[in-house]
Amino acid sequence: MPLRPLEIKKYSILPGFGLTMGFTLMYMGFLVVLPLSTVFIQTAGIDWTQFWNIVAAPRLVASYKLSFGAAFIAALINTIFGLLVAWVLVRYSFPGKRVIDGLIDLPFALPTAVAGITLTTLYAPHGWLGKYFTFLALKAAFTPLGVVIALTFIGLPFVVRMVQPVLETLDQEREEAAASLGADRLQTFTKVIFPELLPALLAGFALAFARALGEYGSVVFISGNMPMRTEITPLLIMTKLEQFDYAGANAIASVMLIVSFMLLLLVNILQWWSINRHTDH
Amino acid sequence: MSDHIALRPGAAPVTNTVATTEPPLIRWLLIGIALGFLGLMLIVPLIAVFTKALEAGMALYLRAILDPAALAAVRLTLLTVAVAIPLNTIFGLAAAWAIAKFEFKGKNLLITLIDLPFAVSPVIAGLIFVSLFGVKGLLGPWLAAQGLKIIFAPPGIILATVFVTFPFVARELIPLMHSLGTVEEEAALILGASGWKTFWHITLPNIKWGLLYGVILTSARAAGEFGAVSVVSGHIRGLTNTLPLHVEILYNEYQFVAAFAVASLLTLMAVITLVAKSIVEWKVQQQLEEAQKK
Repeated sequence: MPLRPLEIKKYSILPGFGLTMGFTLMYMGFLVVLPLSTVFIQTAGIDWTQFWNIVAAPRLVASYKLSFGAAFIAALINTIFGLLVAWVLVRYSFPGKRVIDGLIDLPFALPTAVAGITLTTLYAPHGWLGKYFTFLALKAAFTPLGVVIALTFIGLPFVVRMVQPVLETLDQEREEAAASLGADRLQTFTKVIFPELLPALLAGFALAFARALGEYGSVVFISGNMPMRTEITPLLIMTKLEQFDYAGANAIASVMLIVSFMLLLLVNILQWWSINRHTDH
Repeated sequence: MSDHIALRPGAAPVTNTVATTEPPLIRWLLIGIALGFLGLMLIVPLIAVFTKALEAGMALYLRAILDPAALAAVRLTLLTVAVAIPLNTIFGLAAAWAIAKFEFKGKNLLITLIDLPFAVSPVIAGLIFVSLFGVKGLLGPWLAAQGLKIIFAPPGIILATVFVTFPFVARELIPLMHSLGTVEEEAALILGASGWKTFWHITLPNIKWGLLYGVILTSARAAGEFGAVSVVSGHIRGLTNTLPLHVEILYNEYQFVAAFAVASLLTLMAVITLVAKSIVEWKVQQQLEEAQKK
């Protein structure tokens, strides 16, 4: 039931709204909103020219290119394979399916430092997987390629977990209808199934991208942290802090926070779009 | 955000007819590619952690884990988890009660705010506490005058960890409590039970599995957090080192076997989390199916 214009809360006989809501707002205010606002308070201490000199310095621009570029490629890889994995898990049966399904969340559960040292060891020139790159005259660890590998690992679950529930609730009668009207399987997929999955795919992409942009632990080991070449933006915040340059660190952080907020907003809009499409039918 | 238990009460089992599936060759090809990708990305690293940890034998493995610095890191990690769990559980219960049981304006904004720590880089999560409480922070001079130390000390580590883990319980409970509705609570209240009694005897038993999973996620993330903790810790060995920071120090000192030995403890914790997730998901699914039958 929608709220009437002047009502803030709909009437309910359940008690405790004031207590729980008050506690929630207070806890979040002190723990989240107040600390996060210091980023902008500290940044406000410098003027625009100083701000611009910090956030547009060549070393930072190089880090934006790497952070955004590697996050974008990793999210793209995860979108393609995430769709495939979700499809295989929902539509087909094969031995060990339940275990594989549970394993998808490993990147969420595994501490990022552990992921970092493990991937670095695996993809180092003489590592289990790195030696194949060496054979192809490529280097994985300590190059931008290594950053992409780490970010792909970190973002792997997002698209799968966004697409899976949509695929499970998809009405198969529409696929039968498409088939009976003469569409082949590929046409059914591209014209009937794919458009239904699109909002979930985009939301999954945005989540994986956002996570990859801010990621630190798994990347610092494999990237090698060479200035201008393999430094990610969160690492430069860390570098500024180690020099006690709080204003500089917060200026960079404010740029990253604004990008993150916009991505979060985008994800919420996409989810809203997805839900509305499904309630329409 | 995708950590929640997926609740799909209406999902009908997928039945494949000839018209709605692919030829066996394509099917097995797709399964092969998907499993190849997952094997390379997930299973190989998982095997690698334990192989590298045990490479030099059990004696070295045990020595790395029982090293005084490692044990100090275990203690600090456990302390952090022990503070983060009760705080974020109480918050999660309060937030879920307010959000899932009532209709009010600005609900979506509040949910987005709860999600915020997921979207914030861990480094920024650490930075905000340094900016507040560090030597040159907003409250730094005042804290120094009082002789209090938060940054480069355990309180900073605990604060950053509580920040990073605060959405987990709330994000598990909100969808669960929402799908359970308010009918049972209303019945209890009408029959004369007090608000607390209703919560203890009706709501809590209904949400126990979701709550348990939220707590497991909180503890796994609290024990494993690296970026945020790294910013506020100052890396003082034996004093402000958590397990993930200890792994980093060992690795950077080229003590690879010891680094992977400690890392294997954290990996074991991750695997237990995954198993717990599967069990809880199954329990919640069962509970919702029973609720639908009634």
